[in-house]
Amino acid sequence: MSDIKTTDTMLEVRDIKRDYELPGGFMKPKKTLHAVKGVSFKLERGKTLAIVGESGCGKSTLARMITFIDEPTSGDLIIDGKKMDTRPGHLTSDMRQKVQIIFQNPYGSLNPRQKIGDVLGEPLAINTDLSAAERRNRATEMLIKVGLGPEHYNRYPHMFSGGQRQRIAIARALMMNPKLLVLDEPVSALDLSVQAQVLNLLADLQDEFNLTYVFISHDLSVVRYIADEVMVMYFGEAVEYGTRDEVFSNPKHEYTQTLFKATPKSDVESIRARIAAKKASAA
Amino acid sequence: MSLLQIDNLTVEFETSTGWFRAVDGVSIKVDKAEVLAIVGESGSGKSVSMLAVMGLLPATAKITADRMLFEGQDIQKLSGSERRKLIGKDIAMIFQEPIASLNPCFTVGFQIEEVLRIHLGLDKKARRARAIELFKLVGLPNAEERMHAFPHQMSGGQCQRVMIAIAIACDPKLLIADEPTTALDVTIQKQILDLIMDLQARTGMGLIMITHDMGVVAETADRVVVQYKGRKMEEADVLSLFENPQSNYTKALLAALPENATGDRLTTVSAFFDGNPEPAPSAGASA
Amino acid sequence: MADATLTQKAAEPVSSAQMRRQMLKEFWFYFSENRGAVIGLYVFVALVLVAIFASLIAPHSPFEQYRDAVLKPPAWVEGGSWTFILGTDPIGRDILSRLIYGAQYSLFVGLVVTTLSLAAGIIVGVIAGYYRGWVDTIIMRLMDMILAIPSLLLALVLVTILGAGLNSAMIAIAVTLQPHFVRLTRAAVMAEKSRDYVTAARIAGASPLRLMFRTILPNCTAPLIVQATMSFSNAILDLAALGFLGMGVQPPSPEWGTMLAEAREFILRAWWVVTFPGLAILITVLAINLMGDGLRDALDPKLKRS
Repeated sequence: MSDIKTTDTMLEVRDIKRDYELPGGFMKPKKTLHAVKGVSFKLERGKTLAIVGESGCGKSTLARMITFIDEPTSGDLIIDGKKMDTRPGHLTSDMRQKVQIIFQNPYGSLNPRQKIGDVLGEPLAINTDLSAAERRNRATEMLIKVGLGPEHYNRYPHMFSGGQRQRIAIARALMMNPKLLVLDEPVSALDLSVQAQVLNLLADLQDEFNLTYVFISHDLSVVRYIADEVMVMYFGEAVEYGTRDEVFSNPKHEYTQTLFKATPKSDVESIRARIAAKKASAA
Repeated sequence: MSLLQIDNLTVEFETSTGWFRAVDGVSIKVDKAEVLAIVGESGSGKSVSMLAVMGLLPATAKITADRMLFEGQDIQKLSGSERRKLIGKDIAMIFQEPIASLNPCFTVGFQIEEVLRIHLGLDKKARRARAIELFKLVGLPNAEERMHAFPHQMSGGQCQRVMIAIAIACDPKLLIADEPTTALDVTIQKQILDLIMDLQARTGMGLIMITHDMGVVAETADRVVVQYKGRKMEEADVLSLFENPQSNYTKALLAALPENATGDRLTTVSAFFDGNPEPAPSAGASA
Repeated sequence: MADATLTQKAAEPVSSAQMRRQMLKEFWFYFSENRGAVIGLYVFVALVLVAIFASLIAPHSPFEQYRDAVLKPPAWVEGGSWTFILGTDPIGRDILSRLIYGAQYSLFVGLVVTTLSLAAGIIVGVIAGYYRGWVDTIIMRLMDMILAIPSLLLALVLVTILGAGLNSAMIAIAVTLQPHFVRLTRAAVMAEKSRDYVTAARIAGASPLRLMFRTILPNCTAPLIVQATMSFSNAILDLAALGFLGMGVQPPSPEWGTMLAEAREFILRAWWVVTFPGLAILITVLAINLMGDGLRDALDPKLKRS
């Protein structure tokens, strides 16, 4: 552990792998699916790494490993200078508190039968011995911080819009003062106008708490806006990894180039060019 | 004469708290060979208005319109069977969830042949030949083999290709695409959009593209209708919409795009309304 | 849009009590859409009241034998009298009074059996659905075995082993009804377990016990409540059947099934001795089933919506 310079590296992932065993049918052998095939990266404190890729590229599996939901098949996970023992049962609540995750679908990530106050209070109730009144205070504070109000404390999730629910999910993740936040497509289920609000909120919170983000997305325009570093994943491998400007100005891998080309362009010049091309072909 | 002309369409649903107005006095017009994009966020009524045209809303919905003309013929006055003949043949629709739009119990070949049988009355051999031809047209590899595949054996992009093949099977005059690429990956989205635009250019059908994605609008539309909470905010050709948006809402939407971010933070829609949550339609809407 | 709704609602803080009232109101809105369910509810409430106040309502003691009024027909039939509104049985007991006291048995058995089988079924079902694997296999095969035997037959066997009587009848019926709860709970838990909110609770450090019973279980209640009403009526039916076969509540207790059994030989001579206990069973079971339908309507869409 002493060989790692701990001062500002928040997260280091070394050659992490994850295989899934697919159950074979009758008389058929089991198959092994390599979801993540050896990914490594380092992320500085307070920075944002965006992981880009299409469905099935292993980006969500990577997120689940960083947040200890899934156990890596092999590889090391070093968080805040400490090598994590990811075997089930070896996780201390201290380690768990450092990393939190926010899911894509704000409709599935909140317990429908739990009041917002209880949603936010639950991590405190499990991990600390604060009194109920103290928990309530902290939850209310956090609600205000994410742009909601104390009057929402007693409501149920189904009374909120998608954007508000995502704010609640963010508030819940922040209750234990984590240092690293894994965001698994946090805005892709939201409307454009709400997406902007949530992205702004995330940026505000990052500044305030010096949070480190691992931001998983398929939307390149969002990535370009929010990321410091970008990693492109393709079939379980990191095919491109560098700073945002490097990746966007000079994509090296063929897949990255395809991805950029496929992204719709909404600038006026492209529209003008498209209309001109259409007129030319019609004539 | 426009292909489809809807004047002052209003759709209401009954809920536990009274009548909810999903579409409020919207007028839409599409010409032959024109690509119209209807853009809006969830709850803007963009899909509901098109479902009303197709007659696909539940019977409890209250639909009123001054006119609903398809090639000069009022759809509202058609009987149920006349309307069914029109829909699926002259007006076709594709949906957001390609895998869910196909019946999982039947092969995709059976499903496309069913359409050909009902609307065109082709015999078995002709149906088969036409189905394979359509599959080739939408770029499905091994079209003959694909006929026997079930929807779950295909990827989302391939299922959407099948849906498109079914939609264009009867050479429709108008194709309504309801968020056709939202559930797909970026690279697949590109392929599907290219396919739809290519088919549109080749057949000269009218196309209504319903979407929430300004990028898709920019890549496909000739003309754009912007909707918000059931009302039309703005209507303009695509270039002037992006270059010089008229309504506050459109301005806000464009500013909220991450690629248009200027400072450290994004401009949010509410910042444009200054605490007035209901943006009024501006002059552009009546154009 | 999010901000718009926020500013509108900011003025009205909501307390827990208000929230509960609002949810109750919403529940009643959906429940009352179903007319049959509302009628079922009224009948059921009336039955409960009758059972509670049986000693006040009943015109006679259920055990008193009026030797001079054996097999009296109901009041409106020739030869009947208003002293015995629904007539008397072969040994001169008032049928109406016996029916009123019988409601106590039926409701008590329904309640106990449902509680027993619900509690056992939920615990076993949650464990099977949460842990899967061999635990699940063993539990479910055991349940399949119970389900493979006709329920009345199984209940009969169990009662024979335990000895006839009310207690053993209740245990026997609970055993035959419990697999339905296990299967239902297991299916619901399996569906809920993979949802993100469960993962979120796991990340927060929730123990398996907390995950199973605090996080997941409350989201599985809707189908269970519906099944509970159905097994309530099933329990009443089964008890009546056991009583009729002489293996349930023993005479002279005024249990409806037992009443039917006692009057078997008089069916042709005195129709009222079997008709009224039969009707009592029919109406009770029907009312509870209708109520269950309404509950399903009121609870299911809400579960899907959120």
